[in-house]
Amino acid sequence: MTIGIEHYLTVGAILFVLGVLGIFLNRKNVIVILMAVELILLSVNINLVAFSAFMQDLVGQVFAMMVLTVAAAEAAIGLAILVIYYRGRGTIAVDDVNRMKG
Amino acid sequence: MIQTLAFYLFAGLVIASAVMVIMSRNPVHSVLWLILAFFNAAGLMVLVGAEFIAMLLVIVYVGAVAVLFLFVVMMLDIDFAAMRASFIKNFPLGIAIALILLAELLLGLGAYNAGGLALGTPDAMGAARTDVSNIEAIGALLYGPYIVLFEIAGIILLVAMIGAIVLTFQPPPPGIRARQDVGKQISRRPEEATVMKNPPVGQGVEL
Repeated sequence: MTIGIEHYLTVGAILFVLGVLGIFLNRKNVIVILMAVELILLSVNINLVAFSAFMQDLVGQVFAMMVLTVAAAEAAIGLAILVIYYRGRGTIAVDDVNRMKG
Repeated sequence: MIQTLAFYLFAGLVIASAVMVIMSRNPVHSVLWLILAFFNAAGLMVLVGAEFIAMLLVIVYVGAVAVLFLFVVMMLDIDFAAMRASFIKNFPLGIAIALILLAELLLGLGAYNAGGLALGTPDAMGAARTDVSNIEAIGALLYGPYIVLFEIAGIILLVAMIGAIVLTFQPPPPGIRARQDVGKQISRRPEEATVMKNPPVGQGVEL
């Protein structure tokens, strides 16, 4: 059987759902939550590239590069926030992040 | 045939490693599984001819982001076992929401396969070219009609870099001079910086 756009979209959908599930399962561990967000962005990229190939239009790949840029920036800023949060409190449990106000 | 085999290999591995990312007990293992997931996603993209994005995925994600994760996980001294306390408690809700989401996405996919909606026709602005390589075609787009988008991507990275530095920068504690003392450096003489010793054999030097 031949591989079509549906196969790629299915992989993207499963990856997206796994990312969301990862956020739910690891509610306390911010590092794994950030990794789950990376998985979600990866699934978005797979969809963009699949449609780009399917429609014979390269704009999808240009936009996938944009998503990649934002994902890298998000990981850097998120981990920086994590480091200063750990420095101040000695833990990264997100349960009491609301005490960080102000 | 080989394409089908390669697709199922890459797709199966990317999904399996994504499962391991969210299930693994040790975050270091999660990062390593994440790297495997990115490699296989890059393989999936090579299969449809998007070599540039695939290489970008390997270089940016595996080379930079995953290593950044690895550094942070190893730098912070955290009891990760205590963090999994709520894992079982959140499991039913998480699975339920994930299944609902998956059903919705597959429903959308089925509707798309059944014909979908026609929202317009492509304007052929980025129509794929067959005479040049993938990288050359993307370059012609990026430095042509999408130059503003490209510049914005650069600005985003610059802001993220400055933000990360500003957030994590710690000024040196007072009393410690981080700057060099030029006067002290140029007033240093060879006589007070080096000494001649002639130690007996097997006894070592005392300074």
